[in-house]
Amino acid sequence: MSAIEIRGLRKTFGTLEVLSGIDLDVESGEVVCVIGPSGSGKSTLLRCVNLLEEPSGGTVTVDGVELTDPDVDIDAARRRIGMVFQSFNLFPHLTVLGNVTVAQRKVLKRDKAEAERVARANLERVGLADKVDSYPEKLSGGQQQRVAIARALAMDPRVMLFDEPTSALDPELVGDVLGVMRGLADEGMTMVVVTHEMSFAREVADRVVFMDGGVVVEQGAPDRVIANPEHERTRTFLARVLDPAAARVGEVDG
Amino acid sequence: MLGGEYGIFVAAVVLVVALADWHSLHVNFFNWSVAKGLFPDIITVGLRNTVIYTVTGFALGLVGGLLLALMRLSSVLPYRWFAMAYIEVFRGLPALLIFIFVGTGIPLAFPGTELPGGVYGQAAAALGLVSAAYMAETIRAGLEAVPPGQAEAARSLGMSRFRAMRTIVVPQAFRVVIPPLTNELVLLFKDSSLALFIGVSLTQRELTKFGRDLASQQGNTTPILVAGLCYLLITIPLGYLARRLEARQKRGRR
Ligand SMILES: Nc1ncnc2c1ncn2[C@@H]1O[C@H](COP(=O)(O)OP(=O)(O)OP(=O)(O)O)[C@@H](O)[C@H]1O
Ligand SMILES: [Mg+2]
Repeated sequence: MSAIEIRGLRKTFGTLEVLSGIDLDVESGEVVCVIGPSGSGKSTLLRCVNLLEEPSGGTVTVDGVELTDPDVDIDAARRRIGMVFQSFNLFPHLTVLGNVTVAQRKVLKRDKAEAERVARANLERVGLADKVDSYPEKLSGGQQQRVAIARALAMDPRVMLFDEPTSALDPELVGDVLGVMRGLADEGMTMVVVTHEMSFAREVADRVVFMDGGVVVEQGAPDRVIANPEHERTRTFLARVLDPAAARVGEVDG
Repeated sequence: MLGGEYGIFVAAVVLVVALADWHSLHVNFFNWSVAKGLFPDIITVGLRNTVIYTVTGFALGLVGGLLLALMRLSSVLPYRWFAMAYIEVFRGLPALLIFIFVGTGIPLAFPGTELPGGVYGQAAAALGLVSAAYMAETIRAGLEAVPPGQAEAARSLGMSRFRAMRTIVVPQAFRVVIPPLTNELVLLFKDSSLALFIGVSLTQRELTKFGRDLASQQGNTTPILVAGLCYLLITIPLGYLARRLEARQKRGRR
């Protein structure tokens, strides 16, 4: 059984079809990087996997639970799916410790001591054990994103979803976050990562999925997809991402 | 130009000073012996009841306003309709009419029924009914000011809709609405004077009725002025506090 099974997933906003039939399996322990141009539906795909967006058609099954089943306990299912957002979305009115314990306390009903123990262990894991009492606004973007990762990990998720986790960061802070994610991958976490960081995809991903226009255009081992793409659309996209300066020339030509 | 205006002002002052009957003014408005006779009752009865009516009315209005705001933003259509209708109706009616309705209309319509707390309950209910409508709009604006990513992050951690609202969104919204709610408290403090239309007993008199009763008893205006001073003692510092909070919030948001 795969950790994530997506079958015929469709999503429309009004008349705009954003996902036009996605089939995707993610095995337990696998790291899948999703790449593709802006507007291709990557975020929507991730958001459908934990039902932040309600799919218009198809099925999504995570850890054996079909989320698209109308009778499913969606709150229970979401506990097992960690999500990391581009904009961090830390809770500004809570300290770092509060951010990482609040859902443990209120959702998992862990007692205070247990929740704090788990929180500290996970903050340690992302290298921020000394920041427990800070408020998010006092942290750099990279630190905030690592707290967000710790917050998700504290719920003992079976899979982790990352939506462009480093896109809002200053370049010199990207490395810390990617380092944490690499560590998670090494520990065997099942991960789906939407990213433009091609070096991360190449080194950490087991598989790269290229999306465009609401469909999976091609997928495969990172070396194959990134270094030697089969499809013209993939080649065009990669040329732009890998060499933005050249891409601008190409766009003028096109 | 400005000199001309200034001249008119000086002339008016001179005229008033020359024509005023200072002795009669002193006796009727600033009569020390009458003023001294008001204490301590004007504080222990008048101000005390004003504070009780205001605080209980504010508490009811706050709960009602929060409920209405949540209903207003609910995805359930009848909730939205109810909240919108309530807000329109109660903002469109004079507060005095509500007090007369609660004080006279309800006992007439349902003979034998009595609100818990008697007059105190009636005053709280009337103030609560009115202020709930205003607070609902304030709180709704506060709820809408919380970025949607906050609720999404909470939901993705497995919190239910209600839990996410209560633990993540509402506390953040309240920070935004504390200054306007402080202003609302000032308004309520003044509106509590309408309780005199409910038919209160001697010990239930608030400042305005207390001042009026003593003024007519003693044929002297001083009690009304002292009652007014008691209001200002509370409303001016509260209003100042509201502006301070507002200014601090503006600075914080930069
Ligand atoms: N809530 C929404 N309502 C309407 N349209 C939406 C909504 N969310 C996304 N879209 C549209 O769906 C399309 C795909 O959006 P999506 O965010 O999934 O793309 P993406 O691949 O993540 O892009 P990016 O790289 O810019 O993040 C876009 O055209 C977007 O405007
Ligand atoms: Mg996106």
